[in-house]
Amino acid sequence: MSHQQVDQGRRTWVAISCGFGAVGGVAAAVPFVSTFQPSERARAAGAAVEADIGGLKPGEKLTVEWRGKPVWIIRRTPEQLAELPKLDAQLADPKSLRKPDELTPEYARNEWRSRKPEFLVVVGICTHLGCSPSDKFQAGPQPSLPDDWGGGFLCPCHGSTFDLAGRVYKNKPAPDNLEVPPHMFLSDTRLLIGEDKKA
Amino acid sequence: MAEFKQAPADAPVARKLLTWVDNRFPLTKLWNDQWGKYYAPKNLNWWYIFGSLAMMVLVMQIVTGIFMTMHYKPDAALAFASVEYLMRDVPWGWLIRYMHSTGASAFFIVVYLHMFRGLLYGSYRKPRELIWIFGCAIFLCLMAEGFFGYLLPWGQMSYWGAQVIVNLFAAIPFIGPDLALLIRGDYVVGDATLNRFFAFHVIAVPLVLLGLVVAHLIALHEVGSNNPDGIEFKAKRGPDGHPLDGIPSHPYYSVHDIFGVVIFLTVFSAILFFAPELGGYFLEYNNFIPADPLKTPLHIAPVWYFTPFYSMLRATNPLMINVFSAIIALATVFALLKGRFGAALKVAIVIVALVAIALLNTFDAKFWGVVVMGGAVIILFFLPWLDHSPARSIRYRPGWHKAVFAVFVFFFLALGYLGSQPPSDAGNYVSQAGTLVYLGFFLLMPWWSRMGEFKPVPERVTFAAH
Repeated sequence: MSHQQVDQGRRTWVAISCGFGAVGGVAAAVPFVSTFQPSERARAAGAAVEADIGGLKPGEKLTVEWRGKPVWIIRRTPEQLAELPKLDAQLADPKSLRKPDELTPEYARNEWRSRKPEFLVVVGICTHLGCSPSDKFQAGPQPSLPDDWGGGFLCPCHGSTFDLAGRVYKNKPAPDNLEVPPHMFLSDTRLLIGEDKKA
Repeated sequence: MAEFKQAPADAPVARKLLTWVDNRFPLTKLWNDQWGKYYAPKNLNWWYIFGSLAMMVLVMQIVTGIFMTMHYKPDAALAFASVEYLMRDVPWGWLIRYMHSTGASAFFIVVYLHMFRGLLYGSYRKPRELIWIFGCAIFLCLMAEGFFGYLLPWGQMSYWGAQVIVNLFAAIPFIGPDLALLIRGDYVVGDATLNRFFAFHVIAVPLVLLGLVVAHLIALHEVGSNNPDGIEFKAKRGPDGHPLDGIPSHPYYSVHDIFGVVIFLTVFSAILFFAPELGGYFLEYNNFIPADPLKTPLHIAPVWYFTPFYSMLRATNPLMINVFSAIIALATVFALLKGRFGAALKVAIVIVALVAIALLNTFDAKFWGVVVMGGAVIILFFLPWLDHSPARSIRYRPGWHKAVFAVFVFFFLALGYLGSQPPSDAGNYVSQAGTLVYLGFFLLMPWWSRMGEFKPVPERVTFAAH
């Protein structure tokens, strides 16, 4: 074979055919990869949910499901609210300045991160790797928490801690505060999660 | 075409049949080339049992897996109950399921020991780099199998474990969130995720795995086994052309392997019948609770075989980023003072170091945690080029190298233990030290592996007939 003259014209056509074959192969992969995307049914299942907060007493928490995720509604006591400003130095992002558009709607960019100071509404999913933190409302020393613990949440997976406004403590694996979902009060006892535009 | 063979007229039927087949398919030839007359070193010790054991466990996982798919339903609403149905109502179903779940852990024990053997005797050194690389790819496939498979029972640990691992991909800058969405097929781990993980677990990854096992064995049988002395046993050949230090695998190693299999199955059965959950290490107790997307269990940890890497993920917090930055800065200063490089190269080193430190501090510690965890596995692929020891085998390396190995193993086990425990400050500091030891062991290997007084390597393997 090596003795024969290489026909450069044929070589060129072989290379072009291979090139087109490769393009076709990649194009054929597109529909296969596309099937990995959320289906139309999954996309449609994102409606807002309503919660009745009439029975929620100060210091209590209510969990509702929105888009398959837990959303917490916590009615904070005045003492718990008074504690929040004192923690700023220990928090990674006390003023909710990081990624404000994704995590904190405009009406929650305040010290208590909520529309009404009493009612905290956050998605109960840790911003580290998506576990749901556990309630640690009781202040004081306890396992896995610092001795001057002022109440908040502890993520059982990687030990991130959050205060009672869902703000993350410094030097923890979680980079961001808990997400405040779009929400609005329909009345004093009815809360709509997933929408915040006035109709 | 090969010459047409003819069995003697008075030969038994079996012999005639074999001749008939051999004239059409190289059955006898394959057997002789791959095992029957395949020469292995005489001096292989008990460390060499784990390759055969891994093969046996693989077959066991495939067989038990096939039988489980006959009862399992890959549907978020039905999965948990179908596994419990298999455990309680299907005759002997519990045995099949526990064989599979215990087999998964046994697989990792065997493979970790198999890899450590390679490390001890330098089995990845030239010309066995590809055997090692195929092996590392098999290890990756096994991790994927373990991860996909653990979601299928749809228990609390399944659910939240998958949630955490899928979110690891979301930590990648720019493309991360879309990538995680593509893996889950939904905005949360759900039915779509379960269905595709089932497909990956029962067909996609096993196919790749089997292909890699074949490649691993073809590469091994091309160059021949390494041995505890780390010398080429084929270098000295007898008048018949066969290696003087070798012996056909059959029957010598067939018998060894059967003996090893018996011991393995004794231990395996003891666990299977008396402690299939092994105190929560092989099957976590929280996984007997159906998945609840609204509540993470109070203590969540991956199965034991992932915990060393999981610890490294947890250890990478902003403090660790500062430590990494400081180490890079120190290494750069050291390279500038001690390295014999030209001015241009020194400038390049400084620029690379500055860029690295800048990147470390630009992206979240969360992303670097994922990089450390992934890097800890990927770094294994490069081992053949990191090890510069003049002697392959630990037997002829300086005594303190054994101490380095011991420290490495100690911290690997410590990382594994800590990864199974709830997070704590003290544990995290040990994990951070362990992460540095693990990475240092590999990244500094080009230097430390050639230091010290090496013992003379023998001409022939150390073997006494018995």
